[in-house]
Amino acid sequence: MITLAALATLLPFLAAFAGMLLGPWTSRLLGAAPPAAQAFGTADGAGRSGAGGPEAGELSKTSAEDTETPGTAGTSPEPEKTSAEAPTMPLPVSGPEPAAPARYAAGDSALRGLPRNGPALIACLPMAVATVLALIVAVAVWRHPGVRTGTLTLIPTGTIDIALGLRVDGLAALVALMVCGVALAVQLYSVAYMAEDRRYSSYAAFISLFTAAMLLVVYSGDLLVLYVGWEVMGVCSYFLIGHHWQERANSRAAVKAFLITRLGDVGFLIGIFVLGVGAGTFSIGGVLERLPDLPQGTVTAATLLLLAGVAGKSAQFPLHTWLPDAMAGPTPVSALIHAATMVAAGIYVVARLYAAFAASAAALTVLGVLAVISMLGSALAALAQDDLKRVLAYSTISQLACMAAGLAVGAPAAAIFHLVAHGAFKALLFLAAGSVIFVTGSGLLRRHGGLRRAMPVTFWAMTIGYAALVGLPPVSGFFSKDAIVGAAWHAAAHGERPAHLPGGVAWLICLALLATVAVTAAYATRAWLMTFFGEPRAAFPAREAPPLMTWPVAALAVPAALLGFFGLGAPELRPHPLSALLSLLAAAAGAVAVYLVWNRDPAADPAGGLGPLRRVFERGFYLDEVYAALVVRPVRAAARAVLAVDRRGIDAAVVGVAGRSRRAGGLLRRTQTGDVQTYLTGLLAGVVVIAVGVVVLL
Amino acid sequence: MHAAYPVVVAALLFSVGVYGVLARRNAILVLMSVELMLNAVNLNLVAFDVLWRDRLHGGQVMTLFTIVIAAAEIGLGLAIVLLVFRNRRMIEVDRLRTLTEQTAPAGEETPQEPRRPAAAAAREGDTA
Repeated sequence: MITLAALATLLPFLAAFAGMLLGPWTSRLLGAAPPAAQAFGTADGAGRSGAGGPEAGELSKTSAEDTETPGTAGTSPEPEKTSAEAPTMPLPVSGPEPAAPARYAAGDSALRGLPRNGPALIACLPMAVATVLALIVAVAVWRHPGVRTGTLTLIPTGTIDIALGLRVDGLAALVALMVCGVALAVQLYSVAYMAEDRRYSSYAAFISLFTAAMLLVVYSGDLLVLYVGWEVMGVCSYFLIGHHWQERANSRAAVKAFLITRLGDVGFLIGIFVLGVGAGTFSIGGVLERLPDLPQGTVTAATLLLLAGVAGKSAQFPLHTWLPDAMAGPTPVSALIHAATMVAAGIYVVARLYAAFAASAAALTVLGVLAVISMLGSALAALAQDDLKRVLAYSTISQLACMAAGLAVGAPAAAIFHLVAHGAFKALLFLAAGSVIFVTGSGLLRRHGGLRRAMPVTFWAMTIGYAALVGLPPVSGFFSKDAIVGAAWHAAAHGERPAHLPGGVAWLICLALLATVAVTAAYATRAWLMTFFGEPRAAFPAREAPPLMTWPVAALAVPAALLGFFGLGAPELRPHPLSALLSLLAAAAGAVAVYLVWNRDPAADPAGGLGPLRRVFERGFYLDEVYAALVVRPVRAAARAVLAVDRRGIDAAVVGVAGRSRRAGGLLRRTQTGDVQTYLTGLLAGVVVIAVGVVVLL
Repeated sequence: MHAAYPVVVAALLFSVGVYGVLARRNAILVLMSVELMLNAVNLNLVAFDVLWRDRLHGGQVMTLFTIVIAAAEIGLGLAIVLLVFRNRRMIEVDRLRTLTEQTAPAGEETPQEPRRPAAAAAREGDTA
């Protein structure tokens, strides 16, 4: 069991190094097209204006029929028909048919090229094996529940040993299975999505490394080993956000994400030390065992410090600002790291050490209040975002806050249930959004529209995803979110909450959850309507994404739809009639409101109904500006002051010393006349002085 | 014979030689002064050889060595003087001042730190 878990963790790790070192070599070994064909082509994301390099011509030879026919057949009749219905719309039909960009051809041929694509094989095959292993582990744990631990070795440190070991229980097995499944889908999807990218090899390797780190976090039996995985995830996130570092904004977003999560991680590490030193061991089982003996102050300090790391990693207020900017990374990265797995790691750690958090009133209160602020604020911010990925990013913050709220009201099972369901449906939403971006060439909602008929698979998958996000029965999100809302309701109304949680906070959480459900329904409806309904707002050949991208999306739609029924087995996860009714009413209110606004003018953005608040929401309540004023500017001023001190004080001192020694040397230089006889006179004088000195003194 | 006589003569000879080396302007005369100093040493060697009745006559042998070396040295010196004369048409020692430290360019003499970037100033400090 432990061996299987260790193998599942090691496989992506080895795949990462193999992919990094041997990827292109494997391609050549398998007889793929010479790398020159892949070396051209523009990067995707903001920079993918891909008019096509030399590869466009070469690849269109093989797949000309595939790309051209659906493009022309799909678009030309549609705008004609719709223009009759709404003639006021700006329509793209007047000009010639926009040429299919080169990325279509590359994406379509990615599936055929997969058996010869070395980096993709190195990334996908170990991932598939790891998924199977995680599935075996999960099934075994499900059949025979219980905690299994295994230790490879103890690392002596002089005081408290670090156990290099794993700890598999139901929680870990479930989350690991979710991680592996999403990672596998993302790896397959990326093969097509990144087909044009010249750095695909390192991209796939970093995703493998990330997956290994996440599995280490999930399976780890020791807090410090967990922290290793935690940090490796952070650095992989940094590299992948900045994958298209040619754009200044992307590398800045990567640095921002890295710095802000690092800020939280400092607290996290110190929290681990406090907890570990207090308990006398770093192993999770040992810490949980000795928890009752720890003084209250230690537990409170440790959990509050851990919460800092959790807030950084899980993008909770006040450290959430990096997540919307992290959308600069490629979309599959956002799906894997910034939606399904890494940001869920914070929630997972809280659930893993739940006994410690439940024992501290301050930690639970802080967790609950942060969750309330995060979920409602970011849901409102999502309502006004213009970029589809940023909508989903704010939605991720909001949903993670729901999980945190579930933890705060004493329902860790519900929170983890929502974590897994959210991992499935948010990865689905991101990958489907990636398909939309791949086809339209833009992430902006106001350039989408009318994609329902052209992209049926994406449309239905995304509909399921949005339904799960909103919490409509019978898809997974309904069950998981209702478990949290029900738990919050019970905590508030019936007092069935952790002994340390104040009643007011419970009420606050309950009301905020209901409000969030309404706002979630509103922004999901807005994004859904603006993407798939109405008229196309920009010129692009409407077509379905490449098969290698639609398949993972369709495959993820299955768990996103059906995962909820697994919760029926546990009594605390069954829907509560009252809370379910309340949240459905709230969701309906939000969705209907947006629909009514949209229906008045389908061409406009429903967010226009927010009036002056729209700008505030779109900027995320100006938190970035506030941080810029409170933190960035003082730090910059301090840096400038340090620079000035360095230049005027330290540098000037060094340079001054140099100048003064040179001037002193200039005095000695006067004696260097070039007259040999003077030198000899000096020499003789010296000899005489020494001789006299010797004679006199001795 | 008292030891003072040859020693005083040698000291006088040596002093004359030192004076010649330090004060004469003509290179040939400087070389001759060097010879005077060498011969002062030779005189001492011979005198003390006799005075101490050295059985192996180390002093005299040493003197022969010195004479040979002096001959070689004067040959070399005269050759150099000849070349200098051919090049410069003069052999005045005090005018052969090519070994003088060249005065640096004016800008380097007084570096202006405040106006220049710190890096450039630091680099200059390294090379200086």
